[in-house]
Amino acid sequence: MHNKSLTELAADLRAGAYTSVELTQHFLDRIQKYDESLNSFITVTPELALAAAAEADAQIATGTAGPLTGIPMAHKDIFCTDGVKTSCASKMLDNFIAPYDATVVEKLKQAGMPILGKTNMDEFAMGSSNENSFYGAVKNPWDTDRVPGGSSGGSAAAVAARLVPVATGTDTGGSIRQPASLTGITGIKPTYGRVSRFGMIAYASSLDQGGAFGRDAADCALLLSAMSGFDEKDSTSSEQAAEDYTANLGKPLKGLRIGVPEQYFGEGLEEGVATSIRSALEQYKALGAELIDIKLPNTKLAIPSYYVIAPAECSANLSRLDGVRYGHRCEDPVDLEDMYKRSRAEGFGSEVKRRIMVGTYALSAGYYDAYYLKAQKLRRMIKEDFVAAFNDVDVIMGPVSPTTAFKIGEKSDDPVSMYLQDIYTLAVNLAGLPAMSIPVEAADGLPVGLQLIGNYFEESRLLNVAHQFQQATDWHKQTPLGFGA
Amino acid sequence: MSLTASDVKKISHLARLAIDEADIEKYTNDLSNILDTFADMNEANVDGVEPMANPQDSTQRLRDDVVTEVNARDKFQAIAPNTESGLYLVPKVLE
Amino acid sequence: MEWETVIGLEIHAQLSTKSKIFSGSSTAYGAEPNTQANVVDLAMPGVLPVLNKDAVRKAVMFGMAIDADIPDFSVFARKNYFYPDLPQGYQISQFDQPIVGLGHLEIELENGETKRIGVTRAHLEQDAGKSLHEDFAGQTGVDLNRSGTPLLEIVSEPEISNAKEAVAYMRKIHTLVQFLGICDGNMQEGSFRCDANVSVRPKGQAELGTRAELKNINSFKFVERGINIEVERQIDIIEAGGKVVQETRLFDPDKDETRSMRSKEEANDYRYFPDPDLLPVAISQELRDSVRAELPELPEQKKQRFMDQFELSALDAGVLTSNRALSEYFEALADATGEAKLSANWVNGELASHLNKAELDVTDSKVSVEQLTALIGRITDNTISGKIAKDVFEAMWEGEGDVDQVIESKGLKQITDSGAIESLIDDIITANPGQHEQYRSGKDKLFGFFVGQVMKVSKGKANPAEVNRLLKSKLDA
Repeated sequence: MHNKSLTELAADLRAGAYTSVELTQHFLDRIQKYDESLNSFITVTPELALAAAAEADAQIATGTAGPLTGIPMAHKDIFCTDGVKTSCASKMLDNFIAPYDATVVEKLKQAGMPILGKTNMDEFAMGSSNENSFYGAVKNPWDTDRVPGGSSGGSAAAVAARLVPVATGTDTGGSIRQPASLTGITGIKPTYGRVSRFGMIAYASSLDQGGAFGRDAADCALLLSAMSGFDEKDSTSSEQAAEDYTANLGKPLKGLRIGVPEQYFGEGLEEGVATSIRSALEQYKALGAELIDIKLPNTKLAIPSYYVIAPAECSANLSRLDGVRYGHRCEDPVDLEDMYKRSRAEGFGSEVKRRIMVGTYALSAGYYDAYYLKAQKLRRMIKEDFVAAFNDVDVIMGPVSPTTAFKIGEKSDDPVSMYLQDIYTLAVNLAGLPAMSIPVEAADGLPVGLQLIGNYFEESRLLNVAHQFQQATDWHKQTPLGFGA
Repeated sequence: MSLTASDVKKISHLARLAIDEADIEKYTNDLSNILDTFADMNEANVDGVEPMANPQDSTQRLRDDVVTEVNARDKFQAIAPNTESGLYLVPKVLE
Repeated sequence: MEWETVIGLEIHAQLSTKSKIFSGSSTAYGAEPNTQANVVDLAMPGVLPVLNKDAVRKAVMFGMAIDADIPDFSVFARKNYFYPDLPQGYQISQFDQPIVGLGHLEIELENGETKRIGVTRAHLEQDAGKSLHEDFAGQTGVDLNRSGTPLLEIVSEPEISNAKEAVAYMRKIHTLVQFLGICDGNMQEGSFRCDANVSVRPKGQAELGTRAELKNINSFKFVERGINIEVERQIDIIEAGGKVVQETRLFDPDKDETRSMRSKEEANDYRYFPDPDLLPVAISQELRDSVRAELPELPEQKKQRFMDQFELSALDAGVLTSNRALSEYFEALADATGEAKLSANWVNGELASHLNKAELDVTDSKVSVEQLTALIGRITDNTISGKIAKDVFEAMWEGEGDVDQVIESKGLKQITDSGAIESLIDDIITANPGQHEQYRSGKDKLFGFFVGQVMKVSKGKANPAEVNRLLKSKLDA
């Protein structure tokens, strides 16, 4: 069952081949059996999942089921889930039972999907390896000595090992695409404003977007369709009409113009990765697409721009974690100052503290113009690069990550080296564009992801372009060994 | 961009983060290294470029002035560290 | 050495919207602690702000009333600092691009002249919650009901020169926001708060002196006193050779002094940046036109109209237009009775004193416009005298009935019948031959004595005009 597509599962459920309760139990059993070696879950919610599955079965019986009814899933532990621990992988929220549902959670509940649990992640979404979790690192199912990527490492590892069919993630600088790439699955980050941020614990407000992980584009299309749409509770939510992203999956690729940015194939890109990417591009050519060289001249400004804006916004977003109304409070505070400082020092891990401090510094008196304001201008320049490129091409493609999955501990002492993992993904968040990662040929036995970047609100096209590739290849069907065939 | 220990102390105070003396040096180094990555920004020419707040350059939607919320105090305070008589309790500010 | 004072006032007016500025919680005053604080107000992880249209409209209306620049786009910014009544760890306020730009209003000085005071800007922001420092054994209790209530922060140019001008300016704004219906002006409930920036400098010096910020001056009386003692304090310091420290000082009305608020005053680095959860607010022509259409008659306009239309004095008109509800009461009364001057006297006289004594707002008056109209009608038709009418008003206020019921039950009908009055006069004259003799020999003042006697014996009910007329003729006869 766990190797079937969502469409197949939905058909089986409607046909009565098995019930949602059985299906859900199947995944719960797999999690029980295999997750110890991966640590991809922070909280598993068997009772809630089975109760929701029973309700889904009732719906299926009356013939009013939707395409996702009864299909279990998991949420990155960044989405507030009413009555369920929502920790953001932080000691700060280790005791936090969310008192409300995020809009995304509400929507997927309404779609009838039982929640198997909350997946592990880098603390407060800050990281590219899922080593920054209060609950311990997540292991890459392809090689458990290696990282699965981050920050949505838990969701990616769980989907890759087929412990869940689909999962939600968030992507602020690459946190869906990069783990998808490192674990050999498909992930999509939609256009900024496409998915509601209400209830999605904020890291960098102007960059964060919720998105989907699945074994292929078709599954991601189904999940993303259910997640998307205008939300009046989110001022940054787009009023652009929601779409059924499965509608155009079948469109042929002939005549597709693919932009290949010069700046994405320079120094730092591992040879094995480069070879796989180029090979995939050739595959697209064979499918009828045209490859066009393009320039994105301001690419290298994405790193400083991102590492000013994201920490600045997060330094303010995390100020509410003060031990007053919820979350961790230190023991026996001497006075108010002591309570704030010790609660926050005890609650946050070092990467989070570093980013809060960088952000605080960048916004502090005298530095606003040189850093934050300037970064917001660079951001527009980065966006303009893409806008210009999309005059000549339909989709932009390149690598997601400069390397394959690195070993746990290899980069954790050097924050900057970790930041450079995001070099190809950051610009997309700064511009607010939609993008995906799809698995292509492995390099040295480790997964490699191809990045597809689309124009604003062109998720449908992206998913179509990904889907057509997956009809002609089978990298996406490969699963890691050791998790029951 | 080199920060000093004194800078780090000032920043950590603004951010209400207690940093142990023993860790100050590591934070100072780490933060300085991170800020070094900003060097590329200095050369960039941003003349005539407007800052970008939102990718679509959209404007704020306005909400009707209607009361939509009901009292859920018990639920919210069930997860609070310290409350009494419906108030959140915190240690006093030391004047 | 001659000194001059430079004062700037910062007024925080709570806008009288039904719901909060960024959430749908109620803004009603006096609820049990934390019963009007939802996930957004409590700054739970993951929540987001959505802007209240009415807060924007009210701010724009204020801007129009003070002839201010209103920008095409306005931006919200985060003001970052830590305090338990500030759940987000930042206040959503405005820094660059406030919703109201430079404007002005006129104040009346004691010598009758007017002075223009500039308003630098007005901006929207969230109110914080309340911290209760007593009752919790060394701890502070935090109530977040108020957190998120919309405030309009109104900043004056530093063009106020003394405490009296400060009070005049504060009163002007207080009246204006109530007239516009954007703020109820209730200082006891904290809907209208004032801080003052005060500095002194030698007369003629261009450079400004160091200023201190005064807080807790939330009444007209405190503003005046607080400023005056602060000015004295600063002058004393400088004259003794010292320097004024830039700091926040609390006015203590019991000790009649100002004192420094913090033992170590640290300059706050608020790290303002545009709030990324909110988009720039476009203030469209449509919105402006719609707000302008709702703009009510402003206090000065109404005052002038009362002077012109009802021929009231500036003093009377000024008092009547100091409060919108009062001016509406008066105007309804004047229209109904057709007696503007009399109406003004009654509103500013008996009605005002009863309202003050009972600490009621005119909207809760125990004598309605209709009732007072009837009462004035009974004066003008001579059923009762103006003097007796005051007793009738008192009885109506106490709920004893309408004007005719009271007159009837208390037997207060005026005696106008000349025969009856003559008969009373005859009795008085007969009973007081000595005074009559003295009057006839030239002691005119005794006229008053006879009037008094007639009024006494008639229990005040004799029509005064008739008494005067008939008494004169009888005494002189």
